[in-house]
Amino acid sequence: MPKLKPPVRTPHIDMTPMVDLFSVLLIFLLLTASFRPQEATTITSPNSVSEKQAPDTSIMTIILNKEGKVFFNMDNGKDSTKHTRVDVLTEMGKQYNIKFTPKELYDFGHWASFGMPMVDFKKWLNAKDSKEKELLQTGIPTDSVDNQPSQLFFWVRFARLANPNAEVAIKGDGETNYKKVKLVMDLLQENKVNKFNLVTNLEKQEVTLKDLPK
Amino acid sequence: MAEIIEQEKGKKGGKRRPKKLSTRIDMTPMVDLMCLLITFFMLTTAFSKPKVMVITMPEKSKVDQPQVKIAAWRTLTILLTGDDAVYYYAGEANPRKPPLPDLIKSDFSKNGIRKVLLEKNKDLFRQIAEYREKRISGKLIVADTTADAAVKKMKKEDMKGPIILIKADEKAKYKNVVSIIDEMSICNIASYAVVDIFPIELEMLKNAPK
Repeated sequence: MPKLKPPVRTPHIDMTPMVDLFSVLLIFLLLTASFRPQEATTITSPNSVSEKQAPDTSIMTIILNKEGKVFFNMDNGKDSTKHTRVDVLTEMGKQYNIKFTPKELYDFGHWASFGMPMVDFKKWLNAKDSKEKELLQTGIPTDSVDNQPSQLFFWVRFARLANPNAEVAIKGDGETNYKKVKLVMDLLQENKVNKFNLVTNLEKQEVTLKDLPK
Repeated sequence: MAEIIEQEKGKKGGKRRPKKLSTRIDMTPMVDLMCLLITFFMLTTAFSKPKVMVITMPEKSKVDQPQVKIAAWRTLTILLTGDDAVYYYAGEANPRKPPLPDLIKSDFSKNGIRKVLLEKNKDLFRQIAEYREKRISGKLIVADTTADAAVKKMKKEDMKGPIILIKADEKAKYKNVVSIIDEMSICNIASYAVVDIFPIELEMLKNAPK
């Protein structure tokens, strides 16, 4: 006589291995995510309907906070073997007679936005904690001294020389005085930059045919 | 699924004992939801890139170029000053050709400067809005690049729309200038420029209605 099979019960899947894999994946992603270096200052961008996205690489940003202080940021460009940040800093050092050690140059290559006069630069690179670093960031001088162009002019000039394809973005706070922004735009035009990207937040405005006044 | 294991029924006719139930909750749906949530957050953080508004300024040459002649009947000058104030006047403000045009106060609301711009730019706006609606309703199917080029062409060929000159004084804020350039793009204005303010206009602003 054939053996009676026990009634078939629905199989129960043990979830433990899947949760294990999940946690392994999560830890992997957490460790491989790189932290963004601290921004020099906080900006509330004005709103606009523009939907064009800022390019990720080969872009230099001039940041203006609401007090009118100017900060600068640039990346190393599309070619990962070039270190445009290091090149620009070396050139600025030559212009203002400051010698930077290889370690300082390397650190600078990985930093983000910064803004202080050249005299404070070495102090900033060697500062121990972020609070000290923040205090030193008083903004890049924008006025010309002794008929010499301002420091910001030289930053932009050397950045353009190191990466001629870089686009220029202006990231200004909504409350910044327009006079300062105009100064920066004039300075950029002196460097033969006529096309600017103004960083804004997207705020859609719908205007259709029925909004037309009769 | 969650399962409730019941004990075998008690003897028939005998006193019914309360059934002892042991519950085992299966975690599968919770893990599914967690997985979905993580994927959602991973994808949405990747999309919050900053947007940019592109503006192109005319080249600034060291040599003073002669003033480009623009038709005064098409010109609308917008003056920006402190407290988010917007003033505008039509035509030319030449101190040597009195009388000076009236300065009208407006604001950034929907019924403010936008209404004025739409009124002046009616025809071009209608043309571009109809084109865009045809694309949305599906009557016209073109690639995005073709559509952008077509709109650009319509703007270039426009001969009747207003020419806007945007001038900001020292009290104006950056967001005012960004808002006004934004209105240019919302109202499909064909030609506009951000230029320096004239001393006569600073005078007009001082005497302007509050």
